[in-house]
Amino acid sequence: MNFLSFEKKLIPLDEWVQEFVNWLVLNHRDIFQAIKAPIELCLEGFEWLFTSLHPVVIIVLFAYAAWRFVGKKTTVFTIVTLLLIGYLGLWEETMITLAMVISSVFFCAIAGIPLGIMSGRSDRFELFLRPALDAMQTIPPFVYLVPVVMLFSIGTVSGILATIVFALPPIVRLTSLGIRQVHPELIEAALAFGATPWQVLRKVQFPLALPSIMAGLNQTLMMALSMVVIAALIGAGGLGNPVVQGLNTLEIGLATIGGLAIVLLAMVLDRITQGFAKR
Amino acid sequence: MQKEVKLEVKNLYKIFGPHPKKAMKLLDEGHDKDAIFEKTETTVGVQEASFEIYKGEIFVIMGLSGSGKSTMVRMLNRLIEPTAGEVLIDGEDIVSMNDDELVKLRRAKLSMVFQSFALMPHLTVLQNAAFGLEMDGVDKAAREKRALEALAQVGLDAWANSSPSELSGGMQQRVGLARGLAVDPDILLMDEAFSALDPLIRTEMQDELLKLQAKAKRTIVFISHDLDEAMRIGDRIAIMEGGRVVQVGTPEEILQNPADEYVRAFFRGVDPTNILTAGDIASDAQVTIRITDGKNPRAALQRLIKYDREYGYVLDSDDKFQGIVSTESLRELIDSSPGEHLIKDAFIKDAETCQASDSMQEILPNVAGHPWALPILDDQGNYAGAISKNLFLRTLHRSQADAEQDQEPETAPQETVEPTTDGVQSS
Repeated sequence: MNFLSFEKKLIPLDEWVQEFVNWLVLNHRDIFQAIKAPIELCLEGFEWLFTSLHPVVIIVLFAYAAWRFVGKKTTVFTIVTLLLIGYLGLWEETMITLAMVISSVFFCAIAGIPLGIMSGRSDRFELFLRPALDAMQTIPPFVYLVPVVMLFSIGTVSGILATIVFALPPIVRLTSLGIRQVHPELIEAALAFGATPWQVLRKVQFPLALPSIMAGLNQTLMMALSMVVIAALIGAGGLGNPVVQGLNTLEIGLATIGGLAIVLLAMVLDRITQGFAKR
Repeated sequence: MQKEVKLEVKNLYKIFGPHPKKAMKLLDEGHDKDAIFEKTETTVGVQEASFEIYKGEIFVIMGLSGSGKSTMVRMLNRLIEPTAGEVLIDGEDIVSMNDDELVKLRRAKLSMVFQSFALMPHLTVLQNAAFGLEMDGVDKAAREKRALEALAQVGLDAWANSSPSELSGGMQQRVGLARGLAVDPDILLMDEAFSALDPLIRTEMQDELLKLQAKAKRTIVFISHDLDEAMRIGDRIAIMEGGRVVQVGTPEEILQNPADEYVRAFFRGVDPTNILTAGDIASDAQVTIRITDGKNPRAALQRLIKYDREYGYVLDSDDKFQGIVSTESLRELIDSSPGEHLIKDAFIKDAETCQASDSMQEILPNVAGHPWALPILDDQGNYAGAISKNLFLRTLHRSQADAEQDQEPETAPQETVEPTTDGVQSS
């Protein structure tokens, strides 16, 4: 037998994976439906909220946040941007995207901050987590779109799940970094005064890591926004839709306004969350 | 004097690195630190350390960097786990405590001041001072009241609502000190607490600490690499070298009898006049005259002539110092008029006395200013001896000889022998 002949496939990994996913879909659908439920609930809540509120209310809320956390210039920018999005005829899509992005970030924070804290406090845990995060950041989203669709079927929830996979690493990494950056003498001081490990976390490590955690949230938010178009490929609604549609039918104008609205929304959210993080 | 032992360290070891057990075995077999590191890549941090710290004293652990002093202090509250040995606080071994007991002990009995201040940047000065109480679950109003009192003790109550970053280094360390004091600890651990401050502020902080210590006697373990600091604030000093405690004693004891060449080298260049007190060097070689009725100047004169001395030191029957007489003043008194005379009429007018606790530095003007030896009194006013110019100079010379022993190993022994025979010394 010639081991150096690559004419025949020796390891049929593709078939194994195929069979494994098929098996999962057939036998454990209930598990995936259970995962889906809270995401669906969260998404529908935000969607309902943003689409039922009058656009003026939303613009005022955004403008207030910008004025409160950043400044006058950003407030003007926020109002003009949101008006522009409305006049482009993309208000509804923008609100759906907003609900999707906020839901994604919400679940990223729920999963990512504890994971980050654990990996910040334990070298062994970080060693174990790091390759997983590397994989999540480097695997092209198209690769996991198919299994996500197979397990969770087409729709916005699948879009959010794909987004979570893509946007989770920065919040984990920056939380871990923030925890690790706390000066060891401060930990020593807390311990010397009789702090329990929980008190060290709550009174010293977490508050001091907060700016870094906030930066992580901001990064996660930006990455979630950049997944909007890819999520639209598997049936998630929102601003990705006009882009995908424009791509399919070669309507360059439609794709352009969709893209423009995503960029504008990203800028508004970025400025406001950065301003919030700095406080 | 019976002293109560507050903290006792018994045969304490700390070994850093991958093979502590192997290193312990090698230590037992008598290998030294470097050989062990070569064989096992394991560092001996502290070895065979044993000493006692008394209640209410400032105990300074001194050594150069790498001597294991910072490791030592961190083993006293188990921020670093000892490899072997015992640390007893009020007789209780803290090394065998579990996590809960340890947290309780740290809250109840210990606090710590750090070289880098280690203040929480996200908390105000007041919240920092209240940190230990907060950990202990003291409610907000009570802990802020106590923290404010502690801040007032270090003179920073006006800064309570500032952020630590707005304060200078010296002020930040005062906050660190207030944080340590607010929990009212039995034992205050101070790890190079003043080393990061500039010299002027450092001296100020040392004074502050001594002032606080004078008000409420705490047991303080102070880590320092600065000999002057150790001498200044330490009641007793432990000197560490290469992880070992090489000598423990009062500054005077160590200065006068250094245990080995390392300690001697440490003390080279130290000005003994700041450390040695009048009581340390006072000699009883002078002629003393006891008066019962004070009516025998002739007998006093006889005694001075017999011992060939010019000056005599007059004491009452309880050893209380009365005054100095000279052969001249006695003769004048006897010749002035016939009949009975009182010795006290022959006392030299401008004779001054000094306390046994005064430093050599402080008594120097008085020693130099008069032809007679300076009488030294203890705290009860009893005569404790006298210091002549000769004796003063000899003490200085001896310290110098100690320091120069590297070059001249055979220092003449008679130079270091204290004259004890009555009447040998002249003023």
